[in-house]
Amino acid sequence: MSSVLVLALTGAGLILLGLHALIVKVHLLRKILALNIISSGIFLLLAGLAARTPGGEPDPVPQAMVLTGIVVAVAATALALALLLALRSATGRTRLDDDNGQ
Amino acid sequence: MAWLTGLPLAVDLVLGTTLLWLAWRALSSPDLFQAVALFIAFGVILGLVWARLDTIDIALAEIALGAGVTGALLLAALSQLQPAEVDARAAPSATGANEHQAGQPGQTAETADADEAQHKPAVFRALLAAVMGLLLLAALFGLGLVTWQLWEPSSGLTQQVNTHLPESGVEHPVTAVLLNFRGYDTLLEIAVLLLALIGVWSLATASNLGDTTPEPVLAALSRLLAPLMILVAAYLVWVGAHAPGGAFQAGSVLGAAGVLLRLSGWRLPAGAAGWPLRLVLALGVAVFAFIGIAVIGLGEPLLGYPTAWAKHAILVIELAATLSIGAILASLFIGGRP
Repeated sequence: MSSVLVLALTGAGLILLGLHALIVKVHLLRKILALNIISSGIFLLLAGLAARTPGGEPDPVPQAMVLTGIVVAVAATALALALLLALRSATGRTRLDDDNGQ
Repeated sequence: MAWLTGLPLAVDLVLGTTLLWLAWRALSSPDLFQAVALFIAFGVILGLVWARLDTIDIALAEIALGAGVTGALLLAALSQLQPAEVDARAAPSATGANEHQAGQPGQTAETADADEAQHKPAVFRALLAAVMGLLLLAALFGLGLVTWQLWEPSSGLTQQVNTHLPESGVEHPVTAVLLNFRGYDTLLEIAVLLLALIGVWSLATASNLGDTTPEPVLAALSRLLAPLMILVAAYLVWVGAHAPGGAFQAGSVLGAAGVLLRLSGWRLPAGAAGWPLRLVLALGVAVFAFIGIAVIGLGEPLLGYPTAWAKHAILVIELAATLSIGAILASLFIGGRP
């Protein structure tokens, strides 16, 4: 049981790593990567909590939610990348610096 | 053999540390291409972690979608970003918007990640970083504490799902939750996929459509692989009724087949890119919503299939959803309205 706890805590670590990069990094592609890492961390935490069942078989409801989440994350990533490319062709920028827009 | 009891924990520690390290490197390595490659490796290791947690359904979806399709999408976007950024450096101030970027010689958009907000005073930046670091550490501590305190055996909803499993029409609990007990989630999820594609299509038009023939080696290889992937997808839909598998895993494999065909040089024939493509894209949502609403006429609630028909209803929905998900994922990769 404790080895599942290790993986759930890894999920918590991933959420924080992604959140840090989402705030600090200025390149938009890096922010998209950070969002994906955050969502992976959330899925890991959720699936870790689903594995607390006494019988050993993980709870199927969080599993289905994580599956749904993975597909939605892919759709969101595709849309974000299309927005990034559109922004690049409209303004020539791929980063969100404070001083780039002046 | 007492030392063997610690082995699973050791494996999980190694997997967890590897995940954290890969995530850190993907987010901090100066080269964007390296970052994307590390992110794909992260997805594959995460797939192993899902298998360790006995969640085979998620492992299948993670490796096909999280590592496969997301990786392909990121690499495709990167390849479109890269040449123009080299241009911006080579030909300074080609456009007004590029001036700032071009004004710093040798600084491409990738390598500039390290120096955020250079113009603020150093003290202010240090203070900001310290405050943010403290906040993030507090959040990590809170999340860890909550996880720790929640950590007592709890069966969650397993009991309820197992009690109602015979009425669901399938024998695999995850498929039962996805397509019967929580049908709303899945219907809306396919709708979200379609919405994302509409968003992508409204932003760009696809280039390089029309009939072309790929190189002989790639053509032969893709002729071998594509039918095999279609076979795997069909197997995954069918097996989803009583074992890990189902519409999303099968749709991911179909989508990956589309990405592979596109990469090896095949193009959608111009005749199929019009209404036939749009029909396949919308089929999943249309069939799912039609069946979900039609059962109201039989005196059932919305999306509540009668037990006698549930198996057939779920199979029809899954087949339509698989086709649509595969087509939508492949179209997302092509990345524009044909």
